[in-house]
Amino acid sequence: MGLLTSMRGDTGGQIMLAVLAVVAVVVPILNLAVPESSPWHLSTYTVTLLGKYLTYALLAVAVDLVWGYLGILSLGHGAFFALGGYAMGMYLMRQIGERGVYGDPVLPDFMVFLDWQQLPWFWHGFDMFWFAALMVVLVPGALAFVFGWLAFRSRVTGVYLSIITQALTYALMLAFFRNEMGFGGNNGLTDFKDILGFDLQSDATRIALFLASALALALGYIACRGIVTSRLGRVAVAIRDAEARTRFIGYRVDRVKVAIWTFSAMLAGIAGALYVPQVGIINPGEFSPLNSIELVIWVAIGGRATLYGAVVGAVVVNYGKTYFTGAFPEAWLFALGGLFVLVTLFLPQGIAGLLRMLRRRGGGTDGPKTASGEASA
Amino acid sequence: MHAVPVLLTVGAPPSAGLLLSALLLATWPALAAAEEGERASAGAAPASYADVSSPAGAVAELAETPSIDGVDAGSADIAAAPADSDRGADGAEALVAETGTADSADAPVEETGASDSANAPVAETGTADGGDAPVAEASAGDSAAALATEVAAADSADALGTQNSETDNAAALAEVAAETDADAGLNPPGAEDAPEQPASLETAIAGLAERSFKVKQQAADDIAASGDERAADLLKALLNGDLYYRKDDKRIVFAEKSAAGLALTDALTGESLGEVGSRDAAKITVNNLMRNSLRTDIATLTLASPDPNVRLSAALEMVGTDDADTLAALRAQRSEESDGRVADAIDLAVAIAELKSEDAAVRLAAVESLRGSLYPAARNALGGLLASETDAGVLAAAEGVLADIESRVQTYKIAETVFFGLSLGSVLVLAAIGLAITFGVMGVINMAHGELIMIGAYTTYLVQLAMPNWIDYSLLVAIPAAFIVSGLFGIAIERTVIRFLYGRPLETLLATFGISLILQQLVRTTISAQNVIVENPSWMSGSLQINPALSLTYNRLYIVVFALMVFVALLLILKRTALGLQVRAVSQNRAMAQAMGVRSARVDALTFGLGAGIAGVAGVALSQLTNVGPNMGQAYIIDSFMVVVFGGVGNLWGTLVGGLTLGIANKFMEPWTGAVLAKILVLVFIILFIQKRPRGLFPQRGRAAEG
Repeated sequence: MGLLTSMRGDTGGQIMLAVLAVVAVVVPILNLAVPESSPWHLSTYTVTLLGKYLTYALLAVAVDLVWGYLGILSLGHGAFFALGGYAMGMYLMRQIGERGVYGDPVLPDFMVFLDWQQLPWFWHGFDMFWFAALMVVLVPGALAFVFGWLAFRSRVTGVYLSIITQALTYALMLAFFRNEMGFGGNNGLTDFKDILGFDLQSDATRIALFLASALALALGYIACRGIVTSRLGRVAVAIRDAEARTRFIGYRVDRVKVAIWTFSAMLAGIAGALYVPQVGIINPGEFSPLNSIELVIWVAIGGRATLYGAVVGAVVVNYGKTYFTGAFPEAWLFALGGLFVLVTLFLPQGIAGLLRMLRRRGGGTDGPKTASGEASA
Repeated sequence: MHAVPVLLTVGAPPSAGLLLSALLLATWPALAAAEEGERASAGAAPASYADVSSPAGAVAELAETPSIDGVDAGSADIAAAPADSDRGADGAEALVAETGTADSADAPVEETGASDSANAPVAETGTADGGDAPVAEASAGDSAAALATEVAAADSADALGTQNSETDNAAALAEVAAETDADAGLNPPGAEDAPEQPASLETAIAGLAERSFKVKQQAADDIAASGDERAADLLKALLNGDLYYRKDDKRIVFAEKSAAGLALTDALTGESLGEVGSRDAAKITVNNLMRNSLRTDIATLTLASPDPNVRLSAALEMVGTDDADTLAALRAQRSEESDGRVADAIDLAVAIAELKSEDAAVRLAAVESLRGSLYPAARNALGGLLASETDAGVLAAAEGVLADIESRVQTYKIAETVFFGLSLGSVLVLAAIGLAITFGVMGVINMAHGELIMIGAYTTYLVQLAMPNWIDYSLLVAIPAAFIVSGLFGIAIERTVIRFLYGRPLETLLATFGISLILQQLVRTTISAQNVIVENPSWMSGSLQINPALSLTYNRLYIVVFALMVFVALLLILKRTALGLQVRAVSQNRAMAQAMGVRSARVDALTFGLGAGIAGVAGVALSQLTNVGPNMGQAYIIDSFMVVVFGGVGNLWGTLVGGLTLGIANKFMEPWTGAVLAKILVLVFIILFIQKRPRGLFPQRGRAAEG
């Protein structure tokens, strides 16, 4: 599938990718080349912040793929994100080696603290980056496959599905809070030192992580576009709009769902893996059902079933959050809550829909055909 | 959640606005940490869940540990016991605090009662054996600071019709009156003795300061014969060597070792006399002869108490003794004992003593008499006997009896687990039943449901603030108040947001989630971001002692009853009222209902209000069991959805059966797996269950199911 074919007709996506490309070029220059004294200098902190937004954006794209195009409202995508994050966190933990507080060459600090004698079996292999990278994709993918295979074959749909995805992430959260699980319990994994031998604190590594996030977002976006514009994508939209009818026509609805669902979970896992080295911690709080709901909101605010809308929504909401929690911490929840209500009531197509409407009013005719009705599965 | 400190060191560059940076970076993952101080503790979610399963507020912190099964309200009571006796012994400071409550709580007389000595043995034993709360809470009132309390108590004692003849000094009068009051509260007949007895106690006690053992013996006998409530404590102190006399005025005092020497309290009035050097007071010595007679006296005194609860605890205290005099007193009391429980306890004490008899036949009889006894002491004694017994017949009998006891205890243990499960299930049902209406009947995924529960709990808090003197009755006011407040919130939500979103359940989810955030923040800004303290009425504490192996705590019991009442009320509303009929009609076929003249918009608003109101009522109940804070709603929302989905959407019976089943399943798994794992297993079970039966236990049938 060529990049051009899948991006054809996706004006919003093209603009988004273009902006992303510009940002990916400008940010490293402003951070590394421009001296710190200059007003144009971009602090490493900001770079990290932007990198974090990009991982959120990728996560939002993954959610939009299943929600916007398949009609599955997942309230548990945060779980896949967190699992990917944990896989990366385990690699980073193993990289600490003897530099930990207890100086144990193999065991991470929290295991020494819990007086464990040897590494649990599931921690083996995470000292190798390729293995960890594989797990970043495989673990969320496998969980999503098993879960989806069970759920979609039994034709669990709509609200029921949403709620059991929520139960899934809630159960995982409770499980990861347990020290006995071997993932650091409450505190999670933190105090990372370096990745692939590069110091995590250095500016260059930060920039590299930022660029990796941008690249992952671009590739993830194009891949999702590829799926959406493919035959598979058309079947997916058919399922979203009339599941029973699609089934009667002869499509294997469950297989389509499992495939896209699993892919989406893998994408979320990658986002999580890029997120963890940038923020420097992963803990069970990431599994919180609240987080999963919140990321659905990003997609809703950006505009469902547009993909680029998800990117916009994730960045806008998170920027707003960063700003508000700093400037008016009291008002943030009012603002966020109000935003949900207003967007749902008055802006069902989100920001993307608003832009489209403005453009149409301005005389534009070539608005991309996106889902018009809300699939109220 | 620990992101903030970590990012300070990891994420932020040293140069540019370090502090601000850290603040800004603490966004999504640290949402809680940045905005809500109390949620920063990473264990928040599981802990708050655990709170649900353990009703006693005091145990809330303990409940975070995986095994909650041991931490039931029973153990909370025991934990409270030392605290209470401390309060008694602590003297002035503690008592000032006590005075505050006593002053305000003038209505329930029992609560202001005062037991007489710093040791407060009555209070102690009363609690330890799970006796009623008022006894446990009655703490010693015996300092100048507490005088006001005691006078107040004296008034109420008068109101009860008790006459007090002694009038030498105000403090003494107040003391005696307070004591008589405590007495009267527990056991009215005892109060009759009061007028004639104190005098003889006052005179008798003076003899203790003499050097001659003969005089002291006489004094002790007089004290024992006085029949005064304080006699037993005096004699106990005498026996234990805690009774002193002050050298300058020969006043009889209780003494405790302190930094300066000895801390004295008047033995009669309980008045604190300050600290003196160890040479200024002398211990009242006793010889062996006196000791024996003292033991008998004490045993008889406490056993002869007119209050069966005191007798019971006295008898239980004597379990394990092999003192012949005590046993004689026990046997004597047994022949005239009228209370079944006390008789059982005496039999137990006697039988356990007889297990040590030289005579195999006596041992055999003792073993047989222990058959069916559920007291742990009986099991221990039999276990000890098995190790030491030489006679084959007795050994066989003991094994048989022990096995019998074990199996009965096991049965009661299962009954207790079922009861715990029912109470947890009732909490789930209460939390979910409002959702069963909004979600089940109307198809609205109300993510703000938890916040409506929270509003109910906060209403309870505000009601208690408004009537601090009437905490015992506050819940009766809070229930309708919470129903109305939450219901109005619900109607407002429905009218402004939800009515635009019917038929789009996933959109209602998003919008109501926004509302839930707003409501949380509203509470945070208007009331407090911290948890607030909602008090438990006195009738909620304590437990119903069915037998020594099984006691049901009242708060769990009430929650079960309350959940059932709410359920029945809701069922009646839906099945028997015009509103219910219209609700069902609209939920089944909106257009047809409208065609038949049902004003569907009004019905929608009222239905949502009803669901929200029930959530508020659930909040009142939950405020008694768990922490009340801005985040409390979130702890319940997922559980509530699980219950509704498990039971079957649109079916109230499904919610009831679903909630109780999940609660019981949870409690049965806990001993094996710990609370958190049990919870996880339940969630996994539901996920798998939904695969098998996508529409829950009791699926909706017919046209409504197509929605």
